[in-house]
Amino acid sequence: MRVYLDNNATTKVDPLVTVKMQPFFEELYGNPNSLHKYGMEVRPHLNQAMGEMYDALNVPDQDDILITSCATESNNAVLKGIYFKYIAKDPDKNHIVATSVEHPAVLDTLHFLSEYGVDVTLVDVDENGGISAEAIKNAVTDKTILISMMWANNETGMIFPVEEVAAFAKEKEILFHTDAVQAIGKVHVDLSKVNVDYLTFSAHKFHGPKGIGGLYVKKGKELPNLLHGGEQMGGKRAGTLNVAYIVGMGLALRQAAGHVEKMNSYVRDLRDKLEDALSSIADTIVVGPREQRTPNTILISLRGIEGESMLWDLNRAGIAASTGSACASESLEANPVMSAIGEDPELAHTAMRLSLSRFTTEAEIDRTIEVFTKAAERLRSISSTYAYTNEVG
Amino acid sequence: MAKSDLLGGSLWDEYSDKVTTLMNNPLNQGEITEETAVANGHKLIVADFGAESCGDAVRLYWEVNPESEIIVDAKFKSFGCGTAIASSDMMVELCRGKTVDQAVKITNIDVEMALRDEPGTPAVPPQKMHCSVMAYDVIKKAASLYKGVDVDSFEDEIIVCECARVSLGTLQEVIKLNDLKSVAEITDYTKAGGFCKSCIKPGGHEDREYYLVDILADVRREMDEEKMAAAADAGSAGDFKAMTLVQKIKAIDEVIDESVRQFLVMDGGNMEVIDIKDADPYIDVYIRYLGACNGCASSTTGTLYAIETTLKEKLTPDIRVLPI
Repeated sequence: MRVYLDNNATTKVDPLVTVKMQPFFEELYGNPNSLHKYGMEVRPHLNQAMGEMYDALNVPDQDDILITSCATESNNAVLKGIYFKYIAKDPDKNHIVATSVEHPAVLDTLHFLSEYGVDVTLVDVDENGGISAEAIKNAVTDKTILISMMWANNETGMIFPVEEVAAFAKEKEILFHTDAVQAIGKVHVDLSKVNVDYLTFSAHKFHGPKGIGGLYVKKGKELPNLLHGGEQMGGKRAGTLNVAYIVGMGLALRQAAGHVEKMNSYVRDLRDKLEDALSSIADTIVVGPREQRTPNTILISLRGIEGESMLWDLNRAGIAASTGSACASESLEANPVMSAIGEDPELAHTAMRLSLSRFTTEAEIDRTIEVFTKAAERLRSISSTYAYTNEVG
Repeated sequence: MAKSDLLGGSLWDEYSDKVTTLMNNPLNQGEITEETAVANGHKLIVADFGAESCGDAVRLYWEVNPESEIIVDAKFKSFGCGTAIASSDMMVELCRGKTVDQAVKITNIDVEMALRDEPGTPAVPPQKMHCSVMAYDVIKKAASLYKGVDVDSFEDEIIVCECARVSLGTLQEVIKLNDLKSVAEITDYTKAGGFCKSCIKPGGHEDREYYLVDILADVRREMDEEKMAAAADAGSAGDFKAMTLVQKIKAIDEVIDESVRQFLVMDGGNMEVIDIKDADPYIDVYIRYLGACNGCASSTTGTLYAIETTLKEKLTPDIRVLPI
C-alpha cells in the first residue's frame, strides 16, 4: 500500500477535474481571444470557471481574480507591484510587514526588494508556531504600505488571525495581502467577511492541476503588471489563457470550497487519530494546538531521530511525508519554521510533517501508524543521542 | 546550466546500493560495554562527535588491545540521515582489525570510496559528502582519547574543505600557480567547495574557520602586491613598459619637464598630461595644450612631433601622443 501524506506540498488532481479538463486539449483548443468559432466556443467554459472562482471566494464581480501560473507568480505580482506603484515613487512609504514563516515566494521576493530600498519587518511566530494580531500591529509604522501574512502556515498548519489583521489594516489604510495557498478548502475563505486587498491561491494545493494559480485583487487596489505583453485578463496579466487548466481550477476550487465541512469532520478525525497515535510514542512534540491548525496537518518532532532518516524509513514502506530538516533539502538548512518557533535547536532536525487530504483513507492512517511506530523504534535503537538523553542529563 | 541542475537532483536516487543497504540494515550498529572490554583484557574507548542541534551526531566504540594497539572490535550509534548512518557503519568496518595509528589515517574519502558500487561513481551526491566527514572526525576523537593527546595533533595541516580534504597550503599554491580568479575555478582544480559548500563563504551548513572566498581574495591581493613590487623593481631599472601606472606618469612628467616644457613656456604656452592608456602594443599618452599652444597650428604638427619623438627616445618607441 502506498500512502500519500504530503498534501501540503501538492495534491492529486480530483478525477472529476481531470475529466472536466479533457475536452480542452484536442477538441476545444481554440484561443479564447480569437474571433473565430474555435475561439468563441471555449469562452462560455472560461466564463463558467471564472464564475465558480468568484463564487467560491464570495467576491463581487467588480473585483479581479487574475489567473496566474502559480502562487509564486501571484505573490511576486503583489510585492513587486506594490514596489513599482508606491515604494519606488514615495520612499517615505517603503515599509512592508510580513511573518518570518511566509513561503519563500514571499520571503525571497522581499529579500530581493530590500536591495531596492524596501524596508522589511518579519514578525516571528510564538512557541506554538502562531502569530498574534498584536505582534503584527506592533510592527507597523507610519511608513508601512503593506502587510503580507499567510492565512495558514504550510509547515505547522497554524491558522493566522487574518480577519483581525485585515480589519486593522483597513482602519490604518495599509494594504493587506494574504497567501491563502494552505487555507483554501481547509477553512472557510469568504472574502465578503474578511477584508483583504490581495489574496494568493494555487490550484495544485486543492486537487487541481499544477502550473495554474490565482490572485484576487480588490477593486481600486489594482497594481502594475508583473507580465506585460497582451490583452489577456483585461490587460492585467499577459499570456495566452491556459483554458484547460483554468476550467480545471474553477471546478477544483468549487469542490474545495464545498468540501470544507468534510475536511473539518472526516479528515480532521483521521488527522486526530493519527496524531493521537504518533504522540503516544515517547518523547514526541506536536507543534501548535490542534484546534488552531488546518484540519489536515501534523508537524511532529521525535527526539533522537533525524528527520531525513525517518523520511527514508517511511518511504521504504511506501509512505510519503516531508521534512524541512537539515539533510533532506538541497539547501541543507534546518527547518525554518522550527527555527522560528525557537524550541530546542535539535528539534529543527527532528521534525516530520504529515498532511492529509479528503482522499486519505482510514486504512492508510492505520498503516502509517504501524510503520511510523516501527521506524521510530528502529531509528532510536541506532540513535547516538536518544539512548543517552537521560545519562547526559 | 545543465538540465539536471535546472531540475535539481533527487538525493536518494544518487545513493549507491551499498549506502542504501547499510542504511536499511547497519551491520556495526550497537555498543560495547566496559565489562566486555575488561573481561577480554582490552581498553574501551567511547568517542562522541557532533550534536543533535547540528543535525548530525555519532558515537564510536573501540575495544583496543593495549599491547598490540589493535582495534579488535568497534561499534557505532548515530543521529543522522542515511548517509551518516551508512558511512558510520563503513567507517567502523574499516577501523576493525587496524591499529590505532592505522585507523587515524582513514579519511572520509576512504569511507566514501568504500561505499561505492563502481570505483568511478560517487556513493553519495555532492551535498551529502559532509555527512561522511563526521566518520573521520570521530576516529580522530577516539584516537586522541586512547592516546591522551589533543585531537589537533593528528592534523598537521589546516583543512579548509573537509569533504574533499583540501588544505589551506594546497589552495594557496593552486590559486597562485594557475592564476585562478574565481571559486568555481578553485573547485574545478581541487574539488574544494564542490560538495556541501560550507567552506565557500559564511552562511553555509556549518561555520568554518577559513572560507574559499577569503583565501582567494588574500592570495589575489598577495599576487597583485608581488606583481606591483616586480613592476616597481623593473621600473626602477628603467624598463618603461614594465612600470606601474604611477611610475609611468612620473617618468613622462620628468621627460617633459626636462626637455619639452621650457620651449613651450618660451612661446607663452604649456601642456599637461591627462591620462595614459595601455593600447597594446602602444602606450597612448593623452595631453592637453595650455595657454598659447592651445589652438596653435604647430600644436598638431611640429610641436606634437617633437614631444612624441622626445618621449619615444627617452622612454619607449611605442609611445603615441594624442592631444585632446
